[in-house]
Amino acid sequence: MITETILLAAAMGVAAGLMGSFVVMRRMALAADALSHVALPGIGIALALHIHPLIGAVATLVFGALLVWALEETTRTATETIIGVVFSAALAIGSMMTTGDDLIDALFGRRDAPDWTETLFASAAVTVVVGMIIRQRHRLVLALVSPDLARTSGVNIRRLNLLYLQLFALTIALGLRYLGVLLMGSMLIIPAATAKRFSRNLTEMLVLSAVMAVAAILVGSIVADWLHREPGPVIVSVAALGFLISLWRRQS
Amino acid sequence: MAPDSAATPASILDVRNLTVRFGDVTVLRDVSFSVPAATSLAVIGPNGSGKTVLFKALIGALPYEGTVQWAPGVRLGYVPQKLDLQRDVPITGLDFLRARTALAGSSDADLARTLSLVGLSRTACLRPIGGLSGGQFQRLLVAFALVGEPTVLLLDEPTSGVDEPGQERLNELVHRLEEERGLSVLLISHELSLVYRYAKTVLCLGRDGYSIGPPTTVLTGSALQDMYGTAVGLHLHDH
Repeated sequence: MITETILLAAAMGVAAGLMGSFVVMRRMALAADALSHVALPGIGIALALHIHPLIGAVATLVFGALLVWALEETTRTATETIIGVVFSAALAIGSMMTTGDDLIDALFGRRDAPDWTETLFASAAVTVVVGMIIRQRHRLVLALVSPDLARTSGVNIRRLNLLYLQLFALTIALGLRYLGVLLMGSMLIIPAATAKRFSRNLTEMLVLSAVMAVAAILVGSIVADWLHREPGPVIVSVAALGFLISLWRRQS
Repeated sequence: MAPDSAATPASILDVRNLTVRFGDVTVLRDVSFSVPAATSLAVIGPNGSGKTVLFKALIGALPYEGTVQWAPGVRLGYVPQKLDLQRDVPITGLDFLRARTALAGSSDADLARTLSLVGLSRTACLRPIGGLSGGQFQRLLVAFALVGEPTVLLLDEPTSGVDEPGQERLNELVHRLEEERGLSVLLISHELSLVYRYAKTVLCLGRDGYSIGPPTTVLTGSALQDMYGTAVGLHLHDH
């Protein structure tokens, strides 16, 4: 097991947990999952051009987030449908552009040590995502309870949505290397969904969600190491198991 | 007040030729009025006449034609008619109010004072907002509007769902704050007796156009019948 990889993954868990809290509270779980798929064609283009895959992934994610923002601003109806179509198409096109081991890595992640570009990016992105969510939490809370009340409290909803979507794109980019395009979306949804079942206020929600995400990553990484499997699928299975247990515990 | 009266420096809100359309349906057509500082304007009219739409346009939540000009430095407190709330969201009343005070830079003391003003217990504030009763939630919304030292209140039927003594208390509270703090109040209400008692100016939105003036001219039987299209009984209570 590689220590730096796991440390980075745990830091990524904090970012994913905080971001995921708002994704789940805003009920955009499906849109979030679909948006994460847009990273794949970016990775494909980057590999074809012999540049770092991360650069391609970030570029298409940021573009995808801008697209979702623009759609939300202009059309009020069926945004979910458009997102579903556009980003599933992105996944299909991306799969055609990437082949073999590269495709499997891009879809499900891999566990070897990150290079220095990835380490640097991850450290910076975790800092930005965690810092911004904590800074903007009041605005995010008002916007999710009522955009109208947020407006009358001086919140610029358009700008906040843009920031939120870009932070979202950055969080997805963070987890691509370790969890892959298909599985990173789940790290934003499952731990937060579990946390929501136990939380009675905002602080509990944010803290529990981050704790759940980090726990899933650590436990999943250790189990994956024992089983000699790639960590991504194991981590997501551990997170899902946590959610199932939360269902059972609440009912009993 | 004539619709085209010139904007005075003392007015806190100037609305000129406001038109709001939803597709082919025109909800508000060419509405103009202004609200002098530290006064109250009541907005009345039958269901579907565009009262709530007017407020949404005023806060910039809807696209519109015409101009809406707030005086510089205005701070709004808005109580919406209803909120479509997710029942299971883990945000408490206190989380919600703190978000507002944090952005307004006001103190916890302000918050505590406001809670006692609206008659909402601290215990109720520690519960998720989805778990509050209708009346408690309405009080929370009023508290939300009042924290952060607003200069203008926009109240869209603020006492709906609140019990009778609570309604009385909230109405008195708004009226008192208006006088003590020099607040301007824009109020949508179906209680004409209340409007008659408190409002300086009444804006009546009808199915074909609108009228504006002091309660004594707008709230007459024949004027109301024109606007509502049916006889409206106005029961005035003397206090």
